[in-house]
Amino acid sequence: MLSRPRHLNRLVPALAIGVLTGCGGPLSTLAPAGPAAREIAFLWYVMLLGGTAITVLVMGLIAMALRRRPADDSDARAERVWIHGWGLGFSAVVLTALLATGIVIGERMLARDDGAPRVQAIAMQWGWQFAQPGPDGNPVTTDGILYVPAGQDFEIAIEARDVIHSFWVPQLGGKMDAIPGRVNLHRLRADAPGRYEGLCAEFCGIGHSDMRFEVVAYDPAAPLPPFLSADDPQDAAAAQPDPVQPQPDPASSQPDPAPETTR
Amino acid sequence: MTDAAQPSAPVTVRFNTPRRALSLHREMAQVWDDEPGLRGILSSVNHGTIGRRFMITAFVFFAIGGVLSMLIRAQLATRDGAFLDTALYNQVFTMHGSIMMFLFAIPMLEGLALWLLPKILGARDMAFPRLSAFGYWCYLIGGTVIVLSLVAGVAPDGGWFMYVPLADATHTPGINADVWLLGVTFVEISAMAAAVEITVTILRVRAPGMPLSRMPLIGWYLLGTSVMMLVGFPPLILGSILLEVERAFDLPFFDVARGGDPLLWQHLFWLFGHPEVYIIFLPAAGALSTIIPVLSGRPILGYGAIVAAIIGLVFLSFGLWVHHMFTVGIPHMALAFFSAASVLVAVPTAVQIFAWIGTMWRGQVQFRLPMLYIMGFFSTFVMGGLTGVMLAIVPFNWQAHDTAFVTAHLHYVLIGGFVFPMMAAVTWWMPLLSGRWRVRGLGEAAFWLIFIGFHGTFFLMHLTGLLGMPRRIAVYPDNPEWEWLNLTSSIFGMVMSAGFALYAFDIVMQALFGRRSWRNPWKAATLDWALPLPAPSYNIASLPGSMGGRALDTADAILPLARGEGFLPGAPRGQRETLVVTAGSGTPVHVAVLPGNTTLPLVTSLAVGSFFAMMLSGLYLLTPIAIAAILWAGWRWGDIMGRADDSDPVAVTDDLMLPQHFMQRETLSLTGVRLLLVAGATLFASLLFGVGFLTVVAPGWPAPPGSLSGTPVMIAMAVALTGMVVALLAAHRVETVRVHAAARSWALLGLAANLMALIALAGLAACLDDPTAHARDALRVVMLGHAAVYGVTATVLAARSWRDAATGRLGALRFGAVPAWRLFQGFWLVTAGLSVVLVVAQEVL
Ligand SMILES: [Cu+2]
Repeated sequence: MLSRPRHLNRLVPALAIGVLTGCGGPLSTLAPAGPAAREIAFLWYVMLLGGTAITVLVMGLIAMALRRRPADDSDARAERVWIHGWGLGFSAVVLTALLATGIVIGERMLARDDGAPRVQAIAMQWGWQFAQPGPDGNPVTTDGILYVPAGQDFEIAIEARDVIHSFWVPQLGGKMDAIPGRVNLHRLRADAPGRYEGLCAEFCGIGHSDMRFEVVAYDPAAPLPPFLSADDPQDAAAAQPDPVQPQPDPASSQPDPAPETTR
Repeated sequence: MTDAAQPSAPVTVRFNTPRRALSLHREMAQVWDDEPGLRGILSSVNHGTIGRRFMITAFVFFAIGGVLSMLIRAQLATRDGAFLDTALYNQVFTMHGSIMMFLFAIPMLEGLALWLLPKILGARDMAFPRLSAFGYWCYLIGGTVIVLSLVAGVAPDGGWFMYVPLADATHTPGINADVWLLGVTFVEISAMAAAVEITVTILRVRAPGMPLSRMPLIGWYLLGTSVMMLVGFPPLILGSILLEVERAFDLPFFDVARGGDPLLWQHLFWLFGHPEVYIIFLPAAGALSTIIPVLSGRPILGYGAIVAAIIGLVFLSFGLWVHHMFTVGIPHMALAFFSAASVLVAVPTAVQIFAWIGTMWRGQVQFRLPMLYIMGFFSTFVMGGLTGVMLAIVPFNWQAHDTAFVTAHLHYVLIGGFVFPMMAAVTWWMPLLSGRWRVRGLGEAAFWLIFIGFHGTFFLMHLTGLLGMPRRIAVYPDNPEWEWLNLTSSIFGMVMSAGFALYAFDIVMQALFGRRSWRNPWKAATLDWALPLPAPSYNIASLPGSMGGRALDTADAILPLARGEGFLPGAPRGQRETLVVTAGSGTPVHVAVLPGNTTLPLVTSLAVGSFFAMMLSGLYLLTPIAIAAILWAGWRWGDIMGRADDSDPVAVTDDLMLPQHFMQRETLSLTGVRLLLVAGATLFASLLFGVGFLTVVAPGWPAPPGSLSGTPVMIAMAVALTGMVVALLAAHRVETVRVHAAARSWALLGLAANLMALIALAGLAACLDDPTAHARDALRVVMLGHAAVYGVTATVLAARSWRDAATGRLGALRFGAVPAWRLFQGFWLVTAGLSVVLVVAQEVL
């Protein structure tokens, strides 16, 4: 063949990127940049370990069952071992431990009324509008970019204007649906100043794939950045480190400031 | 008959004098065979034919859904996905999910149940052969319309769970969503028909002497399935009706500005949607519990524990629908509760898995082809179950929900928990289906292609999801880090598709060219292998069973049974007969005379289909014609169900005479009516749930003051309820005095009272407030419509009872339509009464 098909040209770099990035990426739940996402990522690794162990165990039992000679144990004894021991006992212990962990971690993430700064997110087909307290305390409305203080919890009041959407910033934490007629409270925190990518996670029609947004976490001690919208021509300036000062976070792979914002 | 894997000692006892097997076969084939040619295609009601058709049609839809999945994988292989435009892509993934759920999985299990149950329970047909055929035609017509909509470019495009408001008339103005709502509901009729029929068959159409507590485990599994279908589908059917009414007539059930709530749809959908997973899993697990013991040469371990696990699953699965809604913002106590329930449901599943492993452990496993598919099941389903438990943990769910992680999880569960076991089941029962043995090697090759293709596609997809890729996006130009994962999935997806194509090829080759199989090739003990190969239309010349110390109830009894030594041999009266037993102990009580070939099911499904077609095309004013056609067809169904003269008992064994069902009150049909009303009660309960949910939870309440408290309204309600009560008393009276001429007058009184009640309901309809203004008034229209449907049914049954009385179809032991009338009449009265109480409470409070 003289010319390689075009997609093959894409294949090699694509695979290279895959090997290089591993668990990273601007939308990766495994590259946490806040306490909620970090706890969930930890939970995931614990469950992955446990799940792998159980899979190996069960498949090992099956492999042994295939090779063994017939056993002559009594029915009662076999039921004790397999039904009561493995079926009920083993599964109940594992599941109870897991459930308790989940409830404890979940409890820590719930929104509660303690005066954390509150911002507003309104989802619509197909884009996001945010309102956040500006320099004078009055809310400033922006499109496509949410500004929050870094290093402290903030609450997002999530609403929808038309159909159901879902607010999700994977590096910061779990998602919360935006539902017409409801205001859903969600609590997140970004450890360090920086830009974090977000998206709509609930299918919402033709524009669903493009319903992205950004969260800009600013240093609350420094002067506030200008609250620009994503389509604002000056936003290119906002994308520069100044006045937002991203501090490299050793614990996680911080995404590069995006050269271009949501579309 | 029990699930003992080892065939027991040869049988020497008999219930009837042996005859020549060949002449018996001719006598039975005469009565039971389908008609030849095209007419036979249209008029068959035989469970073997219908079950086979269900499975073949389901496989065709599986192939169509599979082609759609290849389009999805082609689209996602690269990040710019210039393959389909987004509008078409949305139709493709919506149709992939909808087809696989509603046109493949459910009909496939219905087909297996219809085809297998009479054989494995030792009967000649399902309880309601015409209902089998009716369900099949509804499925075929509805499924075809849904698929054709894709060809026409107007396929549903809101995702297979059709969330509102996206699926409402404002945001999906075309007929795309209507195709889904009407098409799926039409197909659902076949699911409800199958649910009623399967339940009645398992409870009452078994071999004599087969107690419920010792029937083959697959009987328990299918009983659990059908009960779940009876109570699981009504919420979806109600939701679909509500949404279609909202789309067509602007009645606000889900519109938050007018007292509706989009979350009501999610609750109704997942009230169905979660049990659905177990509806699909249970029959597959039933096949595993049938095959594993035989191929391990050891009876199943823990029969009782497995039955308990099935019952546990049936109950638990209705308590965890909210785990699909962890991100909608529900109170955190509810989160903890539903999380716990979702985790708990893994326990009965674990019990079954370890019972299977224990059975293999204690036996000597023969590694034959079905076992290979079972290994595919284990290695896939265990992982799917574990990711399911992970998703039940709320914080993790908040991250993984609606991402590719969930897509991977559900394919592990559905392909692992349903498709692999079904492939094992099909290869297992193919000799009985086709009479032929498989072609060596093809099945193994197909398995490895599917197995490697499957894990290659979906294993890495967990990571794709954790890297943030949401479901249902068409392109991801800014996320090169997902591309290698998606490309890998796409490549292996094609491998898997090739595997399924090879599997289909294998089955076709076996059916056409396989060498003839010998009897009972797997050495199983269940009664399905006591049939000649391939199974004839009548299944078995005399029925297996045990009674009074005599037994012909294992697969070994094949020759004596073929010679007519079992129960109810041949077809000496020229009619299709099978035995009806008591639900618990399996004592034979009467002989059911089953209907023969008829096109009535097809005609009825066309009548019902015309109603759906008129709704779909917006010809609402023409629907009364379709309703009249449905009522006419329904009336015709009753014609063969009674007799104007007493019929004699028939000889079942050489010393046992049993009455025919014409001389019984508790017929199969009456049991069926009871079960239908169980489903009806669930639908009404879902409606009450909807009213309660909106009243308490929806933002736009309380509703503006209504005007339903005036005297005319009260009078209309009182007249309607009085009519229903009078008719109920009259129906009771008709049954009491059925041997006298007075029965006719009482039936006429009941009929008149019902008509009066219906007129009062019509008057009430004229008094209602504008139903488009607020959900409260919209729901009142639905309650009224609900009452009207049962009112018309009760009135038709009253007319039928009057006719039975007039034509001498009532007698000392002949009850005609009267018991069914009483049941429907009572149900109408209770539900209408509750609706009145509800409306009055809304007005007063
Ligand atoms: Cu959206």
